Amino acid sequence: MTLLLTNARLIDPEAGTDVLGAVAIEKGRISQIILDGEALPKGDIIDCGGKCLAPGIIDIGVKVCEPGERHKESFRTAGEAAAAGGVTTMVVRPDTEPSVDSPETLQFAARRAADVCKVNVLPMAALTKDRAGKEMAEIGFLMDAGAVAFTDCDFVNRNNKIFGRCLSYAKMMGAVVIGHAQEPVMSDGACATSGPFASKLGLPAVSVMAERIQLERDMALVEMTGVTYHVDQLSAAVALPVLERAKAAGLPVSAGVSIHHLTLNELDIDGYRTFFKVKPPLRPEDDRVAMVDAVASGLIDIISSMHTPQDEESKRLPFEEAASGAVGLETLLPAAMSLVHAGFMDLATLWKALSYNPAQLLGLDAGRLVAGAPADLVLFDPDKPFVMDRFKLKSRCKNTPFDERRMEGAVLRTFVGGEEIYARD
Amino acid sequence: MTFTAKHLLGIENLSRDDIVSILDLAEQYVTLNRQSHKRSDTLAGLTQINMFFENSTRTQASFEIAGKRLGADVMNMAMGASSIKKGETLIDTALTLNAMNPDLLVVRHPNSGAVELLSQKVNCAVLNAGDGRHEHPTQALLDALTIRRAKGRLHRLSVAICGDIAHSRVARSNIFLLNKMESRIRLIAPKTLLPSGIDQFGVEVFDDMAEGLEGVDVVMMLRLQRERMDGAFIPSPREYYHRWGLTAAKLAHAKPDAIVMHPGPMNRGVEIDGDIADDLSRSVIQEQVEMGVAVRMAAMELLVRGRREAGANVGVMV
Repeated sequence: MTLLLTNARLIDPEAGTDVLGAVAIEKGRISQIILDGEALPKGDIIDCGGKCLAPGIIDIGVKVCEPGERHKESFRTAGEAAAAGGVTTMVVRPDTEPSVDSPETLQFAARRAADVCKVNVLPMAALTKDRAGKEMAEIGFLMDAGAVAFTDCDFVNRNNKIFGRCLSYAKMMGAVVIGHAQEPVMSDGACATSGPFASKLGLPAVSVMAERIQLERDMALVEMTGVTYHVDQLSAAVALPVLERAKAAGLPVSAGVSIHHLTLNELDIDGYRTFFKVKPPLRPEDDRVAMVDAVASGLIDIISSMHTPQDEESKRLPFEEAASGAVGLETLLPAAMSLVHAGFMDLATLWKALSYNPAQLLGLDAGRLVAGAPADLVLFDPDKPFVMDRFKLKSRCKNTPFDERRMEGAVLRTFVGGEEIYARD
Repeated sequence: MTFTAKHLLGIENLSRDDIVSILDLAEQYVTLNRQSHKRSDTLAGLTQINMFFENSTRTQASFEIAGKRLGADVMNMAMGASSIKKGETLIDTALTLNAMNPDLLVVRHPNSGAVELLSQKVNCAVLNAGDGRHEHPTQALLDALTIRRAKGRLHRLSVAICGDIAHSRVARSNIFLLNKMESRIRLIAPKTLLPSGIDQFGVEVFDDMAEGLEGVDVVMMLRLQRERMDGAFIPSPREYYHRWGLTAAKLAHAKPDAIVMHPGPMNRGVEIDGDIADDLSRSVIQEQVEMGVAVRMAAMELLVRGRREAGANVGVMV
């Protein structure tokens, strides 16, 4: 049985095109791309009404609080949030309680995900046991169990000897390592970016140089070991030349950025608003613009939601003591659309960072709009305006920094493996 | 006279008129406080709770005396010892106290912004007695009153603030206040004790005392916390004293009639020479303490008056 999604703006991140046409789906995969004017094959037709059809978002770095803190987010609620946000693949973080650092916990999480999630869930595993940086996790067994990448998340290993060995071992196994580039001693206790604004608020702050210092260290170890390395989120303009040099030298590196560092800046924390407390802290406007430009130029490869659920209790505290992180699965698309609406980049360029590049990093065949690719698709209205209401989020935690914000861009339908898993009311 | 603020959380959100209103009323309380009968019944029947989540002797005593002289029932809660250790959150503590219907809450907390957070959850007027490195508004007001009494004005003065500015809420509140009153501010400190980007606060920054003190009307010294003397911020107390401690030789660069201030408690021989601190022809350090009581009486009265005008009954949510 063929399903035809017709009359759509086809956003092809690989080819960089945005043209009218239709997509034919058979057996869970894209069977044909039909450009406007070409004859349609037979099948059930869904008229997309001229809206945008793109590969589903592949979101690297989603925190689902299972195992350990299901009261914050379970695979069920995260899966529903992802479907509503046009995210067809969640690549989930191992910083749970306990950490996903053994094949047993990884299989537990994968089973839970398979039982209740309609979107694809790919687990990442900790690089070291308990993310403590002392003993290597069983990288081989974990890969056999389905780990797509290895990361100690926001734990930064200061022991270069051990970290270097982990990278060497990962390289040998062909594993992808994801690092966090914030020098940990400088960053300790900081909840803002140092500068006049943090000084006015009297908050402990860290220099943007902490990011550059750690990235320089990591690039040296990548050069030493040859491991495929992705930095989870860059946020500081001073770190970009380091990335640029590493890429120019041909090192196997790529970089991500969180949607929050592309759309918010440090002034948003005014009034000690803890929903804007993220890690690394929000940066000055110049840094935000530099990050947006780096995505547009392709220097930064991947945009993530860095979905991090925190309950009200963790956030209703003095700023220094409040938990870091924001939910993002359902706001990633409309927030990212603001970059297109502001003229920083076209839709195809944006989608490269949302679907194609993350798929390439992890060796997935998704993230493309070509015959043979999985029919993981999102249909969205790029211009639909709405006012964000955090209590309408499907995530169990409502800690979004976009509450009450006017946004544009709404997901209309989400398909995974050719099945419709979400349709907007 | 219009004083419309619901709380006194910081100097940053006060207008020039607000500041002058508090200082003018405080002058009256200076007079009252010097009489043998020091009682007013402005706050009679009202309840004032002092919540200090951080140790304090002088500020807490000053607020307590201020409340008692205005006739309020004053209660001190040593928060360090109780609920925090039992794991209660700040907001739960606030709600608990709020249920006892206080009219004034005086709060000190080690986290910047914590007093503002608490003020959002209670029905009464909240006075910030110091939050983290953010603000300490009554200290800046008492400093302003002291300066105004000594110099006759608050505008077109040159004021030097010296020492650990990075960790000082007193410095921040004073910078906001003196800028609003159109005085010139000079900050003098080693680079390691200056907050990042402080040059954008409308101040001049110096690392040399002689240069920074040249021709100033007021010298404000700040306390250097013991835990910052261990080599991480400055090499040693004696090198600090040599370069940034206020001595007669350094003070000679200021105007001949310049006054010397310190929010206390002092480290004699670290940030200030004991003889200068005790020299009553230069030092107004004791007067600062006296002005503290008067300024706090004025601030509390204005907050209560504003709430009465807004809602008839002080305990009513406005």
